[in-house]
Amino acid sequence: MSLTTNPRTTENPNRAVSQGRLPSPKRTLRDRYGDRAFNIAATTVLLLSILAVVYPLYFIVIASISDPNAVYEGKVWLFPSGVTTEGYERIFADSRIWNGLGNTVVYTVLGTAVSVSTILCGAYALSRKDMPGRKILMLLFVITMFFDGGLITKYLVVRDLGMLDTVWAVVLPGAVGVWNLIIARSFFEHTIPNELREAAQMDGATDFKFFFKMVLPLSKPLIMLMIMVHVVAHWNSFFDALIFLNDDSKYPLQLVLRNILIQSDVSSTGTTGGDIESYAAAQRIAELTKYAMIVVSSLPLMIALPFMQKHFTKGAMIGAVK
Amino acid sequence: MSRTIPARRGRRPVAAPLPQRKNSLSLRLKRISRAWQLYVLLAPAIVYVLVFKYWPMYGVQIAFKNYNPVDGFTDSPWVGLTHFIRFVNSYQFGQVVGNTLWIAVLGLLIAFPIPIILALLVNQLQSERFKKFTQTVLYSPAFISTVVVVGIMFVVLSPRSGLVNNAIQLGGGEPIFFMGSAEWFRPIYVISDVWQNAGFSMIVYLAALAAIDPALHDAAKVDGASKLQRIRHIDLPGIMPVVTILFILAIGNLLNVGFEKALLMQTPLNLSTSEIIQTYVYHAGLQQAQFSYSAAIGLFNSLLNLALLLFFNTVARRANQATLW
Repeated sequence: MSLTTNPRTTENPNRAVSQGRLPSPKRTLRDRYGDRAFNIAATTVLLLSILAVVYPLYFIVIASISDPNAVYEGKVWLFPSGVTTEGYERIFADSRIWNGLGNTVVYTVLGTAVSVSTILCGAYALSRKDMPGRKILMLLFVITMFFDGGLITKYLVVRDLGMLDTVWAVVLPGAVGVWNLIIARSFFEHTIPNELREAAQMDGATDFKFFFKMVLPLSKPLIMLMIMVHVVAHWNSFFDALIFLNDDSKYPLQLVLRNILIQSDVSSTGTTGGDIESYAAAQRIAELTKYAMIVVSSLPLMIALPFMQKHFTKGAMIGAVK
Repeated sequence: MSRTIPARRGRRPVAAPLPQRKNSLSLRLKRISRAWQLYVLLAPAIVYVLVFKYWPMYGVQIAFKNYNPVDGFTDSPWVGLTHFIRFVNSYQFGQVVGNTLWIAVLGLLIAFPIPIILALLVNQLQSERFKKFTQTVLYSPAFISTVVVVGIMFVVLSPRSGLVNNAIQLGGGEPIFFMGSAEWFRPIYVISDVWQNAGFSMIVYLAALAAIDPALHDAAKVDGASKLQRIRHIDLPGIMPVVTILFILAIGNLLNVGFEKALLMQTPLNLSTSEIIQTYVYHAGLQQAQFSYSAAIGLFNSLLNLALLLFFNTVARRANQATLW
């Protein structure tokens, strides 16, 4: 990462120097106005983009604690009105959410463990230029980036393996992403010097010993990145669960959310019997619950985002270097 | 593998040809056996890729067969191109392929350039702090799940109580049932794609921009180049290789991306624009259990995709741009 931060830090003093000196004679007044206009335009565009990203999220947060009738009548714009926590209370009383959350945690932990260990071990082997057959083995993975068997045959394979309705159906079929494998491999290629290995081998270290005792401790940024990528992916995924799981007690949180938010399955969120008025009221409560649900399900990752950002930016750069 | 033999010959010119070949074979075996621990490390990944990638690939033959669970992939009876012909002749064919190409092309024309523009703008910001803040905010939606993003669409665009319709009514307009109308599916799809992913894609371009030699900018400044000129003549050419590679990759995934979102956004009312090849595969295959028919459609999709990728990679090579291989 020093690679990418260096130019930036060296750029600033340079810029300061060139601005500190007299402006170069060729630089006309019009150009500087042009630059200023550009700065204003660029800042405006970016501020508008920030607003476009933030406002819907902000609105959902305030709508989740506002009186549903005020939201319904369009009175909620900048501040919550008639603060209520009923939406959240309903979520926390909903056993489907808790059950889904529990499943998601299990799938996330297990899936991340399986994926990260498989990827790290495999990528290290592939990074070793002295492993015979390295190119062909790498090709075996790369081909799957450009052609795959498709949804149907994947489903049939998982079914034939007897994995339907088991944890393995959401953990294994997507375990090793080739892109992640390539990122990990190029990380090892760039950070583990050959001399280190030769020295270790001279001292009698086997490949296993070298990998576990030397390579892994030196690869903490990569390990962090891989863990985060997989935690986020598992936390957010719903599709494998949708096709491979029938038993709704095994549904992960995202699938529960889909059924409630998108399929509008309100069965346990409000009373459905009775007259039209109480039905309408139930509808509004259901909407309120949806806002609260969006907040609750996104909050963990949003809170973790500042901590994760550093690692993800690095990941993008490892990918770009490749 | 064959390339390693002449190299070894070169190293040991003294040995006679025949024993040497034997020698190189046993040498190679020795090297392979010496690396056994590496193969052990690689084994889980290999097993994974064989079981979950190549086995389904082997199973693609059911597109030309009438699959039944008893006979499995191998022994189900061949039927040739029947399923493909049925798909091409079905009334959905034109619609489904058209819908797929529509959102793919819209995505490429609109969602692909926006992260580049954002990166160029962010890169020009003077204040490091504002730069960082902008980055963080713009890329945060990438961490929201597709389910929740579509959930947000449903509540924010709701005709009864949604934010957008409240604003429309405030301005005196009639509420629009966005999620239930075929003509709004594509705009919503593309806009939400930009909203969610532009910031994240921007990061790669920012990394590429940071790698441009600042001396170029300083020299240009001394020559009186304006910011716009520097973007055009230094920044853009500087990130062009990355842009090309990502463009080719985007083409390679053209017909695959966004399937989950399209599926989630589908309502019975917008099917005429929201049914794309892959959602059709899902409906026909997994919901109606027409395995062979839908596998054929999936194969059609994969081949179309591969053809596009090869075509654009060749174009890029002709244009002397960076290529994938």
